[in-house]
Formats: sequence, C-alpha cells, structure tokens
Amino acid sequence: MTQLRDRLIGFTRFYYDGFRNMSTWGRQVWVIILIKLFIILVILKFLFFRDFLNTRYQSDTERSNFVLNQLTNTR
Amino acid sequence: MIENLDLTLLDWSRAQFALTAIYHWLFVPLTLGLSFIVAIMETIYVRTGDEEWKRMTRFWMTLFGINFAIGVATGIILEFEFGTNWSNYSWFVGDIFGAPLAIEGILAFFLESTFVAVMFFGWNKVSRRFHLVSTWLVAVGANLSALWILVANSWMQNPVGMVFNPDTARNEMTSFWALLFNPVAVGKFLHTISSGFLLASMFVLGISSWYLLKKREEQLAKRSILISGIFGLLSSLMVAYTGDMSTRTIARVQPVKFAALEALSEGKQEAGLTIVGILKDSGRKIGGRSLTEFSLKIEVPGLLSLMTSGDRDAFVPGISDLVNGNEARSIMPVTEKILRGKEAKELLSGYKASKHEKMVQKADSISAVFRDPGFISGNFRYFGYAFIDKPEDVVPNVKLAYYTFHVMVLLGFFFIIMFALALFYLFRGTISARKWFLWLAVWSILLPYVSGELGWALAEAGRQPWIIQDLMPVGAAVTRISPGSVITTFILFAVLFTVLLISEISIMVRQIKLGPKH
Repeated sequence: MTQLRDRLIGFTRFYYDGFRNMSTWGRQVWVIILIKLFIILVILKFLFFRDFLNTRYQSDTERSNFVLNQLTNTR
Repeated sequence: MIENLDLTLLDWSRAQFALTAIYHWLFVPLTLGLSFIVAIMETIYVRTGDEEWKRMTRFWMTLFGINFAIGVATGIILEFEFGTNWSNYSWFVGDIFGAPLAIEGILAFFLESTFVAVMFFGWNKVSRRFHLVSTWLVAVGANLSALWILVANSWMQNPVGMVFNPDTARNEMTSFWALLFNPVAVGKFLHTISSGFLLASMFVLGISSWYLLKKREEQLAKRSILISGIFGLLSSLMVAYTGDMSTRTIARVQPVKFAALEALSEGKQEAGLTIVGILKDSGRKIGGRSLTEFSLKIEVPGLLSLMTSGDRDAFVPGISDLVNGNEARSIMPVTEKILRGKEAKELLSGYKASKHEKMVQKADSISAVFRDPGFISGNFRYFGYAFIDKPEDVVPNVKLAYYTFHVMVLLGFFFIIMFALALFYLFRGTISARKWFLWLAVWSILLPYVSGELGWALAEAGRQPWIIQDLMPVGAAVTRISPGSVITTFILFAVLFTVLLISEISIMVRQIKLGPKH
C-alpha cells in the first residue's frame, strides 16, 4: 500500500515538476492547446457538429431506416 | 443522384473536408518523421555519451514538441464532419471505420501521449535508457496512429473484408486481416510514413543549412545534415519504391483513376510513360465530357505497360475503354455496371418494402441474397453505380489527377538529388562553401509539404465521384443540412487553422533563431 502511495506521489511529482519547470515555448504551446481544445471540443462539437443521426433518431432501427430510405429514394 | 440534392451543399461539404484534411496534413508528417530523427540522435548520444548529441536531440525535440502540440487533435474535426456532414456514409461504413479508429485511439494514441511526457519532462529524472525507449515508443506510436487511419482510408479506395447487411444498412467486417492487409493499405501506409520521414529530413537539412549560412552552430548543423541526409536519402528512395507499388495497385483496383493520372484517353499496347507533358482539350468527347491530349510530351515508350503488367506489350486501358467498355479486352462498360447497381438497389428497395409489409419470409430470402458471393461480386460491388446518371460521370478531373501526380513524382526525384548532394558535399567537406545549395535546401523545406498535399489531392479527388470506390458516390453520402451552416463552419475552420499555423511557424522560427541551449 505504502509502495503504491509512493509511486502515485512520484508520478504526480513528475508531472508537477515538469509543468512547473516548463520553458517559455512549452507554456505558449500549452496555452494554444487549451484554447484549441476548448474551441474544438466545446464550441465546434456542441454548437456546430452535432451528430446528425444520433441527435435526430433515438434508436439504431430508426437510423437504419433513415439511411435505407436515403439510399433507395432515387429518381 | 439522390432527389433534390443541393450541389452547393455537396461542394461546400467537400470543400470543408478538404480544407480540414489539408491543414491537418500540414502538422502530421513532421511528427511522423522528426520523432524518428530525434530517436536516432538520442540513440547516438546514449551509445557515445557525447553531450553534443544530447544538445542536438533536445533542440530537434523542441521543434518536434511545438509541431506535435499545435497539430494534436486537429484530426478530431474530421471525425466530427463524418457524423454531421457525411452521416449516410458514416452509417453505411458501419464498424469498418470503428475498429481501426478504436485501436488508434486506445493503443497508438495512448502510447504516444504517455511517453511524450517522459520525453519532455524525463531528462535527468529517469535513466538514459528508459528515456531513450520512451522516445522510440513516441516515434512508433505516432506512426502506428497513422497506420489505423490509413487502413480506414484504404478501405474507401478498395472496400474489402466486409458484407453488407440490408437490415441495418451497414457494412459489417468479415475479416480484420483483409482490412489490414488490403493491398492499398500496405502501399499507402509505407508510402505515407516514408514521405513523412522525407519531409522531416528536408526540414532538418533546411534548418541546418540556415545555421551554416549564418555561420552558427556548425558542428550541430553538420551532424544534423549527416543524419537527415542518410535518413532522407533512404526515405526518398523508399518513397519512390512505395509510390510505384501504390500506383500499380491503383492500376488494378481503381483503373479510371489510373487512366486519369496518366491522362490516357484511349487504351493502348506498349503504352509509354510520360515523364513531362502538357495537357489540352482534344475536341473529342465521351458524353458531355471533353477528353484530353498532350500538346507536348516526353515519354519512354512501352514503360507504362511494363510497369503496370511486367510486359512491354501489355494493353493499358484508357478512359474511353473504361467508360464505353472494350469487349476484346473484357472491360465492362459503365452502362452495364449501372444496370447491375440498379438491380442491387431494387433488391434493397424490395427488402425495405417486405419488412414494411411484414413479409418475413421474403425479407429473409432477400437478406440471404446479400450474403451470396455471386451477388456480391456480380451486383453489390457496383451498388454505387445505381446513383450515376451518365457513364462519363465516373471520370474524375483528369487535368487535376494528371498534374498532381506528375508534379509529385518530379518532386520525388528532386528530393533524392538533394539528399545525395547534401551527403556528397558533406563528405567532401565543401558544404559550408556551397551557398547556392544551402539556400536551395532552406527553401526546399516547403516542397515536401507541397508534394504531400498533392499526393492526398490525387488520392481523394482522383477517386471522385466515389466516397467509397464503386459502392457509394459523394452525392449519396452527404447529409442534407443547410449549406449556410457548412459555409459558416468552413470559414471558422479556415480562421482557426490559419491562426494555429501562424502560431506554430512564429514559435518555431523564434526557437530556431534562439538555437539550442548551451
């Protein structure tokens, strides 16, 4: 148990020290990464990129029927 | 084509996907190649204990880190677009994409992202050997990520290892190994990663050349040129070999794309390989489409036949043969493929009607037909042709396919010469004095990016009108949403990616000007 706790502390410290002693370029790219992830995963995903079939239909059967209609509904 | 399809929507959806893919591909290949160059440099450091190699490793690792960080997650947007703009396609591909992408997410990305932390934070905290292993694992992980994405893309070029389930309207994987060892996937993976190695080598060669021009960091620059010259030369030869391998596969599984990239309007025996050529409209047409001819060309007689079939006299089909058919050569006309595709579609409509009317026995018997190998190879493989209005619609933009392919090939030969010259001048000890070569190397940093994008343009635009070769055209794949929302997100992406690119270039240029730490 103690060994596991020491390992966890060591692991956390590794990342803590890594981020704390990060160079200027490292800090800059982390700011860019966080802004980018916010734009991609929050703004784009929830405002513009809702999954069309998952948001419109509740079940796989409904989704299958929709696509089947699309594929067979030709002139 | 599907009723009431708005062409503006289709064009904008395609443009949006192309824009995202083009920008995404500006970040990926440097990660693929520079990770290996850094690993090689660190290996030399660990073996020799020479601190200068450690300094070099850390410098190139910094540039790798900037590119990795800015580029990471840009590919996720492509997956969003599948679900929103290409929902019919996403559903139709079923678990074919799910399996490789899940492996990519779990195995490769985990490997990559875990050991990146050790790579950057682990200096002087973990043993030299563990750090080295981590660096190698990042390189392997990054390239494994590419493998799974390319396996999925290769299925779109040559759908194999699946059966269509009319009940779910999805394709179901029947053989993971057929998917993994799809001949398109093998060639595409090797060609793509080697082009990434080449790009990274040119990046290292160009920046090292800049240091020599500025008379700074001469030892670091010369050692970097040595590594990038050897790695780049081997990679560029591998690019040429795997490119040839991929083109032979295209000739077999996507013959219309092949005829387009060689601008071969009429099939011929002893077909020559065009080295350089300029295209013009010939005045002849197939349906409403103009055929092209060369206003100028330099070709090697018989070489195209030899390269595609191993026989100098072999017949290479042209666009006319592939559209109109050629009975003597056993080439089926597109009109026949359209009929067969329509039979498959009518059967699918029959299945839908039987299910709707609860005619269970009839639905079951139709479902069994979709699993019948004779029906799969005789009809279902032409399913997408049911959506084609005119036979000539199966021909992609010939000038685009031809020029993207030939400029890419010419650049490929240029890269071989550049790396060979770099090593030649380095071993003769005259590289610092060859200012013209050093400047050429600096400006050549951009060229592998150009050739990589041309390669993807050929792969994707050359497959048109298909999103999945012969099974689904882009018009049947697109989601009918408002074109306005696609245009809005197109503009958003253009702004977002341009800002990311400018950020990367400015941070990277600043680090290069600062140089490695002493």
